[in-house]
Amino acid sequence: MTERFLAEGNEAVAWGAISAGCNCFFGYPITPQNEIIELFARELPKRGGVFVQAQCETATINMLYGAAAAGVRAMTSTSSPGWALMQEGTSDIASANLPCVVVLVQRVGPGVQRVEHAQMDYNSVTKGGVGGFKNIALAPASVQETHDLMQLAFHLADKYRHPVVVVTDGLMGHVVEPLELKTLDFGPLPDKDWAVKGAGKHEDGKYREIGPSYHPLKDGTYLAYLEAFREKYRAMDSELRYEEYRMEDANLILVAYGYCGRVAAEVVDMARERGLKAGLLRLITLWPFPHQIIGDKAAQGCKFLAVEDCMGGLMVDDVRMAACGKGEVHLADITFRHSPAEDGMIMPGKVLEEVKRLL
Amino acid sequence: MNEEAKGMAKEIVAEKPALLRGEPWMDILWDLFCPGCQIPMVARIIAESFEELGIGDKAIMVGAVGCTGILIASFNIDRVSPAHGRGPDVATALKRIHPETTVFTVQGDGDCIAIGAGPFLGALTRGEKITIIMVNNTNFGTTGGQLGPTTLLGQVTTTTPRGREPSSEGYPVHTAELAATFKGVAYSARGSLHTPAEFRRTKKYVKTAFQRQLDGVGLSFVEIITACPVNWHLTPVKALEWIGEEVIREFPLGEFKNVTSIE
Repeated sequence: MTERFLAEGNEAVAWGAISAGCNCFFGYPITPQNEIIELFARELPKRGGVFVQAQCETATINMLYGAAAAGVRAMTSTSSPGWALMQEGTSDIASANLPCVVVLVQRVGPGVQRVEHAQMDYNSVTKGGVGGFKNIALAPASVQETHDLMQLAFHLADKYRHPVVVVTDGLMGHVVEPLELKTLDFGPLPDKDWAVKGAGKHEDGKYREIGPSYHPLKDGTYLAYLEAFREKYRAMDSELRYEEYRMEDANLILVAYGYCGRVAAEVVDMARERGLKAGLLRLITLWPFPHQIIGDKAAQGCKFLAVEDCMGGLMVDDVRMAACGKGEVHLADITFRHSPAEDGMIMPGKVLEEVKRLL
Repeated sequence: MNEEAKGMAKEIVAEKPALLRGEPWMDILWDLFCPGCQIPMVARIIAESFEELGIGDKAIMVGAVGCTGILIASFNIDRVSPAHGRGPDVATALKRIHPETTVFTVQGDGDCIAIGAGPFLGALTRGEKITIIMVNNTNFGTTGGQLGPTTLLGQVTTTTPRGREPSSEGYPVHTAELAATFKGVAYSARGSLHTPAEFRRTKKYVKTAFQRQLDGVGLSFVEIITACPVNWHLTPVKALEWIGEEVIREFPLGEFKNVTSIE
């Protein structure tokens, strides 16, 4: 039986996690993600789950580390300043080969700044924090997709024993759309026989050990430990996901994610009505990044327009790298917002003007 | 070694508790501690307490960074190593998810009340039903003997070359007394290992702390003063004398809170 109702993006985060069997949440209040922590505070206790409001975001991420070590599906959510505080913890979780989900509802920066939407954390999400690790990053562009990608996030986290970041923003978090609750099946996963629960509960009777450092007597050399990570990241490349929209015969491809992906789709339709051959490549995974398809299209002579709500462009660097000098790469950034105030947003009008100029 | 010496060694050497045996590196690890370091005695106290309480196979240990971080790898029980100072956060999650297990951290004074002050106070505030063992050696040992939150006034460290000066470095933190002020704390004590009598008393504190967790009363805390002869620039014997003469004057020993229920 499915249930359908109106929900905002932040609520879809929580419902998606609950559908995925996440029964454990650690949070700290920060706008614009408070609806997530509040929904978990309501729902988890009555489901026999664990909800803890921690003393700060360094605490939530380290509680998440503990929960992941215990082998349960667990998550935290935050906004940009809290994400900054979680860099150490996510690095440790990655290093310890533990699965967890972190939801980042982005807001304007730099620094603490204000609480309105933006897309300014692309680099810290995709390029990883301390020590050069990588996060699988999923970027939904609707309430329903938020709910669905939350479930995929838990699956991928368990599959690779690695943190997965779901990236939204203040706008995606608060937009209200129909939501259909459903449990998605992504296939079988290995048992978590590595989790700690007291040595007496393990079938082999041996203790389990979890830590963010390589073990000289178990992992071999430090280099061997890093090579195992390299293999893991190569395997993660297969999780690349994106949406192609009217790209077949396009001469200009807009590249965008999240709410800008929705705006860009509208721009493409408006351009097509005017006979301009524009298309959209909407990123669903920010990492892995679709280098191949961008490179192929660049080699065919396509131009690119990165549409992202940040200062000076972040994702655009990856587009440039993928285009490899073979196709022009342009940028529609925060200067394309409809208003100079912090709550402005990138609207189709200005972007369409840029499309007209480029085609 | 002649026959007579072998016979004597047999009498003197006690077997390590079973929880500190089982893997080849567990013996190698003890070589990492400096001569006269008392942190291995903390391991022994915990391991013996667990054996006496029969909870070794139902426990999860959360480690730390620094000298106490070496200690975690010597335990034959389920364990998690956190980042510097984050032990109480990690332990919070483990205990909430596995309430039937005994969850505890072993942290240095820097790990617990300098970089880890936030996680420590958070766990005290929530009254998490975990046990925190804080080893107080009055300095940052692993990094070469810098000022710690517990460094005594006038004590020379590599970052207080003229001795700890209150006008710039403030005063030593009294962690056991601080913990005792929290409503959600069931037990708080400070012990030392500088005499056999204090060793036995400290073991009683540790065992009581674990018993309070088993009874589900609240957070239990034990601060253990240990000698750090290398960084104190004293011989092991002189270091024990200095604890008896100076350190326990600043950090009085005893129980600061011991309740069997919290209203």
